[in-house]
Amino acid sequence: MSTNGITSWAVDLKDVGAIYPFQGTEVILVIAGVAFWILWHIVQMRQEGADLRYDEQHANKKQLIEQAIDEY
Amino acid sequence: MGTNIDALNVVFTEFYYWVTVVFMFLIHIGFCMYEVGVSRQRNHLHTLMKSTMLIPLVTITFFFFGWWIYFAFQNGPWITGDLISAPQAEPWNALMGTHLSGPSPNLGVDADQAALWHRLNGVFWAAFLLFSWTAASIVSGALIERIRSGAFWILAVVIGSFTWIIDAAWGWSSQGWMVKLLGYHDAYASGVIHAIAGGFALGVLIVLGPRIGKFRADGTARDIPPRNPWLVTIGLFLIYTGFWGFYAACNVPLINPAAIAGQITGETWTATNIYLTPTTLSAITFNFLMSLSGGLMTAYIISKGDPFWTYSGGLAGIICASAGNDLYHPIQAMFLGVIGALVAYKMHYFAERRFKLDDAVGAVAVHGYAGFVGVVLAGFMLWGQPSSPYEGFAAINPLGNFIGALIMFFVLGFFPGLIVAVILNMFGLLRVPRDVELMGLDFSTEEARRAAMLEVQAAEKAAYNGNGR
Repeated sequence: MSTNGITSWAVDLKDVGAIYPFQGTEVILVIAGVAFWILWHIVQMRQEGADLRYDEQHANKKQLIEQAIDEY
Repeated sequence: MGTNIDALNVVFTEFYYWVTVVFMFLIHIGFCMYEVGVSRQRNHLHTLMKSTMLIPLVTITFFFFGWWIYFAFQNGPWITGDLISAPQAEPWNALMGTHLSGPSPNLGVDADQAALWHRLNGVFWAAFLLFSWTAASIVSGALIERIRSGAFWILAVVIGSFTWIIDAAWGWSSQGWMVKLLGYHDAYASGVIHAIAGGFALGVLIVLGPRIGKFRADGTARDIPPRNPWLVTIGLFLIYTGFWGFYAACNVPLINPAAIAGQITGETWTATNIYLTPTTLSAITFNFLMSLSGGLMTAYIISKGDPFWTYSGGLAGIICASAGNDLYHPIQAMFLGVIGALVAYKMHYFAERRFKLDDAVGAVAVHGYAGFVGVVLAGFMLWGQPSSPYEGFAAINPLGNFIGALIMFFVLGFFPGLIVAVILNMFGLLRVPRDVELMGLDFSTEEARRAAMLEVQAAEKAAYNGNGR
């Protein structure tokens, strides 16, 4: 019993297919992976929005903007 | 070499490892850029030279005894057998020089072995040596801006040419006792490079202490920002690139089942990991990039876009998946990368708060903790799979990998680092004087440079005014 079905290398390699663990869960892995990817965008957008609001509140002053422009 | 195909394969293998060595050199360029970027301007040259000089020191010591240890210590010795004879790795053996495999006195190996080693000895030695530099470089970053160069270089030789190569003999070789008895599996070195180096750095850090100004009077930590974030990020990019070469170097590129002489039957040639069990370069390419991505994405979110931690999280992601990246599915590798970044980031700040550790580059967390967890998780993920193509070896299992992780992090990492640092400290050789730390470790170098500049400027002005040459 092993997580990839192979318990010994006493085999002819031409007869061996996939050797990653937990074969049969590929669709679940893809769903979980896609969910992670979508979730990442949602969290990132929220974080960036909060950052931009903070910057806007603190940088919305003529002098700071002119100084930022002058500093190139 | 029995046939032309065998001969061609040896030459191909020789070239393959040579290419990996060149790629891995980028790791050390990256480490130099990274550490200099993190250090403050008044410590730049000291930091650079500290990292640079580990290269020749570990190289010559690895030639003198490190390479021999790898072959001689695979039984412990005296755990699964005696010290193993390894004439091809003795520094006085003719196979350690230019050799064309014909008869030579006192080679100590048969004609078939001579045919193999005369071409592969130098490139194998170099591939392992570049891992040795990496182990020492990982430690280096944690200690910057207050350790004496001489102390660091002794520590670098201890981990680079001694303790890491013992762990490679034990747990990263086809006949290592940890593989035989524990079923230890750590194909791309989560434990054998990263956990040991993180543990070693931790041991030294405890004795060395934090940089002046790192902690406030109430014990909370101050952030000491990198002097040059650009250099830090480019350095880390180069480390990623070199890490890819490292992955390739961990494989045997092409081998005939008959040459393995294990249980594998048939005629299908394959790439293998260091344990001589089958994998593919394609598989590790998938998994390297997916674990890097999982680490980067997670670290970006948890650090709120901090570049230093985002890049470090990518590294932690790869490191956490590395133990089993010869066998994982790419999406599994991605999620292990997520775990690696989480562990490194959270544990770094926990240890900093709780134990007042000043790890300047997060090396203990990124390499030590993420590597340790990566080895443990591989024991679960690969549970029951054969650790070796040979009969009689334990299967991969959670307990074996957990014990292996403890051996890597504590037995061969933390304690040797702690003991050597204590000894150096007893003789006042570990840390630079307080005032020098505050003035900057480049003080005398910079003073001489300024004096030379002023003198040249004065001479040029005198020449311009017709008063000198």
